[in-house]
Amino acid sequence: MRSILTSVMAIAIAVPAVAQQRDLVINFDDLNPAPKAAFEAAIAQFAEENPDINVITNINDREAHKTAIRNFLTADAPDVTSWYPGNRMAPFTDTGLFQSVDDVWDENGLRETFAAIEPTMTRDGVTYGVPYSYYQWGIYYRKDVFDGLGLEEFESWDDMLAGCAAMKEVGVTPFTIGTQFLWTAAGVFDYINLRTNGYDVHNALTDGEIAYTDPRIVQTFANWEQLINECGFVENHASMSWQDALAPFVNGDAGMYVMGNFAVAAMKDAGLTDDQIDYMPFPSINPEVARAEEAPADAFFIPTNATNVEDAKKFLAFVARADVQSEWNETIGQLPPNSEATVSDDKFIQEGFQTVSTAAGLAQFYDRDAPAAMASEGMKGFQEFMLDPSKKMEILERLDTVQAEVY
Amino acid sequence: MAVTDTSQMTVDAAPRAGWVKRNKLSIAPWFFLAPALVFFAIYVVIPIFESLYLSLFEWNGLYDAQGNSTAVYIGFDNYVKLWDDPNFWTSLRNNVAWLVLYMLAVPVGLLIALFLNQDVPGMRLYKSLFFFPFVISQVVVGLIFGWFYNPDFGVVGTVWKALFCEETVNFIGNVTFTCSRPAPDILSSPEWATYGIIAAGLWPQIAYCMILYLTGLNNVASDQIEAARLDGAKGWKMLWYVVLPQLRPATFIAVVVTVIGALRSFDMIAIMTQGGPFGSTNVLAYYMFEVAISEFGERYGYGSAVAVVLFAIMLIYISYFLWRMYQDEKGTR
Repeated sequence: MRSILTSVMAIAIAVPAVAQQRDLVINFDDLNPAPKAAFEAAIAQFAEENPDINVITNINDREAHKTAIRNFLTADAPDVTSWYPGNRMAPFTDTGLFQSVDDVWDENGLRETFAAIEPTMTRDGVTYGVPYSYYQWGIYYRKDVFDGLGLEEFESWDDMLAGCAAMKEVGVTPFTIGTQFLWTAAGVFDYINLRTNGYDVHNALTDGEIAYTDPRIVQTFANWEQLINECGFVENHASMSWQDALAPFVNGDAGMYVMGNFAVAAMKDAGLTDDQIDYMPFPSINPEVARAEEAPADAFFIPTNATNVEDAKKFLAFVARADVQSEWNETIGQLPPNSEATVSDDKFIQEGFQTVSTAAGLAQFYDRDAPAAMASEGMKGFQEFMLDPSKKMEILERLDTVQAEVY
Repeated sequence: MAVTDTSQMTVDAAPRAGWVKRNKLSIAPWFFLAPALVFFAIYVVIPIFESLYLSLFEWNGLYDAQGNSTAVYIGFDNYVKLWDDPNFWTSLRNNVAWLVLYMLAVPVGLLIALFLNQDVPGMRLYKSLFFFPFVISQVVVGLIFGWFYNPDFGVVGTVWKALFCEETVNFIGNVTFTCSRPAPDILSSPEWATYGIIAAGLWPQIAYCMILYLTGLNNVASDQIEAARLDGAKGWKMLWYVVLPQLRPATFIAVVVTVIGALRSFDMIAIMTQGGPFGSTNVLAYYMFEVAISEFGERYGYGSAVAVVLFAIMLIYISYFLWRMYQDEKGTR
């Protein structure tokens, strides 16, 4: 009896001691081995540095996270969640489901070290979240094909068209792409638009300030049509995913792929070596336009309904640290947004860092910068255009009607 | 003794026990139905009215931090938008194509059933093989047919290569194919993709109709067949005037499940094309999902309006079906 009493007392005393260890709940959205390992390593380090915080993590599949976030932000909010910047965060910032972290940015000097990426993390003058990683887009090409034809990396549009002609001559399709899931076509559109009109027009278009039938956008599509006619993409792209589209590239039937850096891992898995693949920035079209790049970022946000905001901010400050970002991105093979972080010595990461750190502006993706309803119609339009460029004006006019409705 | 006891008890308990006893027959079914009814109400009936209600709002599906809905009342605007939405009309047209072409499952199923309704050694094995597609999940059927149609590595592509392509070595020395005409890419073609998916959907549906007819054929009265044979009927006449009328119940069920299957076609489309290329294989069910719940959805009100239209179409059909059943019941009584 006595022993029971003592143990009950012991528990009663122990409970407050445990309660002093504060819970911090973090929802993360990537189950792939490398991102998961990097996240878990960072969490372990954070827990070690803050023994008084009890970190609880929920790691979800990416697609599941996209659906779940709409519920858990109101119903059962974690203290920190991963999400995307640009317009993809707008529904949550506009309804007040994410809270401002301006103080984290100010206190940790992030305005300087994250200067390049600050605009996409900001909405209506308020900064939300801290990005932990981003990656470059560009043209990945078969170096052996280029060497065999005596081609150099393309500097200009005309170089590229000439290079395409040389490739077609020997039976190599210049570009591979798989547009079944649409966003790949948006990547090509973004680059042609960024090179034709520049960063400001990209933002104005995705913000709904200029029409799709605007002469500048029409010019973008005219250039794209030229690319389709004189370079050309693999046939059947509308029924292929981006992974399916690797096959002709790996086999040497296609020479180039406009893609994000994550494709390199898949190419290597398919048996290509560093000697066979290389990276170049998308060549310039209008030399007067400053070079802007596509560089989608992943970030952490604090929901308004978070219970432990103080420690959530501590975690965001931790994620922003240069040493943490260096290690994290070394593991996942991407770029650290913090300009003081060290970049992995992988050749693609090095080249990509060169490209994005010297860019005049960093765009998120078309589908992250434009509101969802516009993005889905827009990308369908891009796919339709790639299948039949003669429908150009019809598609643009339809996008104008959608735009009028959405904004 | 015992008699008096019982009479006393009846007098005492009469008002209460009597009611339950008297109404036992009408209470019992409700008692057993209750759990199902509760779930049916929560997951079917209430959502129907919720969709009707939501279709009058513009809403991105989010609640603010205090848990208030951010929906804005816009009346019938969603329906006006639907009327002008080319994607909606494409979906509706595809729904009609599904309805019409899916009906092929009924006669084809009957044909196969007639063919399989023979006494041949090993017939059970053949029957199971024919029924097999219905056992496979729709998602798997979609995946398999997606590969089947693939012009690079699928059956279609392989046959095409054998017919029109020759093996060559490409620029960097790997084996490749050059074709005198490009292989047909059914799922990326806006004209053919829908028919490709319907063909995939027919595969399990035919198996389903076949099994319905096989059970129906078991019940065909052999004395009538014999009588007809004595009268000299055979072949088509036998089928048309003697067998088919007896298969009427099976036909009715086959038509019902096929229509419902056609209207709710969703999984195959989600797996094979995601409604693409550029929305040309959408049907109402998938379009509703796309605008409301998918990655670029966020338009719950609009999605609800699409759902209401699909519901209305089903309602017309289901009312007709219930009316027919009612008439049949009346006839048999």
